[in-house]
Amino acid sequence: MARIVGGICTSHIPAIGNAIARGLQNDPYWQPFFQSYPPVREWLERVKPDVAVMVYNDHGLNFFLDKMPTFAIGAAAEYQNADEGWGLPTLPPYPGDPALSWHIIEQLVNEEFDITSCQEMRVDHAFTVPIALLWPGTQRRVRTVPVAVNTVQHPLPTPNRCFRLGQALGRAIGSYPEDLRVVVLGTGGLSHQLDGERAGFINKDFDLECLEKIVNDPEALTKYTIHDLVRLAGTQGVELIMWLVMRGALSTRVRQVHRHYHIPVSNTAAGLLLLENAA
Amino acid sequence: MAAKLVKVDDIPGTYPYDGKLAIKGYALNKMCYSFNDAANRAEFVRDEDAYCAKFGLNAEQRDAIRKRDVLALLAAGGNVYYLAKFAGIFGLGVQDIGAQQTGMTLEAFKAKLKAAGN
Repeated sequence: MARIVGGICTSHIPAIGNAIARGLQNDPYWQPFFQSYPPVREWLERVKPDVAVMVYNDHGLNFFLDKMPTFAIGAAAEYQNADEGWGLPTLPPYPGDPALSWHIIEQLVNEEFDITSCQEMRVDHAFTVPIALLWPGTQRRVRTVPVAVNTVQHPLPTPNRCFRLGQALGRAIGSYPEDLRVVVLGTGGLSHQLDGERAGFINKDFDLECLEKIVNDPEALTKYTIHDLVRLAGTQGVELIMWLVMRGALSTRVRQVHRHYHIPVSNTAAGLLLLENAA
Repeated sequence: MAAKLVKVDDIPGTYPYDGKLAIKGYALNKMCYSFNDAANRAEFVRDEDAYCAKFGLNAEQRDAIRKRDVLALLAAGGNVYYLAKFAGIFGLGVQDIGAQQTGMTLEAFKAKLKAAGN
């Protein structure tokens, strides 16, 4: 049977990809951020997941306002990135796992989550930056299942709904008959705001509260509304819902293996968390 | 219990992007979405008027594009994720547009972000 070996939350800011491309990991601005990743990479080298389920939000690459699914899951043999309008390098495709994707889609729909399945899906920085951070260079042959959550256009799914989706996702992975080691990633966050006169908003106290509660009391975070998250974490800080999907997929009790928090990366408070299911 | 619907009027300087804005900004966002492709960016640069006309921008949207004014683009129904691709044509990132929207210099905006970590 497939087994979830752990969950990782990480920010996915596009500037990180640029910094990697330019080799700035030891630059004074970037060093405090990048120095937090080696322990997670070492854990991945030890645990060797076969598949990464990537819970992320598309930023207007794959989805336009003509059709905006709340929850979309990729079911392709491979996924391609694109320059996103900024001239980002086009990378070799990321391998998928269509059989596992379809199993997850079937299980989730059976549990009454209405999923949009995608046999073609371009993946943006919210997918590629975490992979570049966690599986650098040629090691990124981990197979992937993209799970995209709408944060482009309100209404967004509630934090509670996202946590419940994660729980169903965990059950779906656990019922897959093939022996696979699966890691679940939630990408995005923490507090940040790109648009409006409040651009540049960061809320350290709230982020630190989220980092505590996501580990031991995630249900507390499900009590917030999306509007609460916009107010407390910024218009883009709502990406916390990706972290809640990840957390829902893990067991009720988890062990925190690694945690880091750093302000700022570009406009964003960057968070990193590695969790294992408690024995 | 059903969650409350998003209200747009009680967080200063913040405009959650809802259906009302999505209706208003459809043409503008459709143009900006097209900038995912380099050929479209080049076409815009070659003839901005013609490219805006092709997507049917209204006068408010056309004016905001002409002025490269992010707050005006948001007011005209622009969605920040698609507008970011418009900003990309000019090599502007989220810190540049943050500085513009807050009326700060880029250096002051960056310093403000750094100070949030203290």
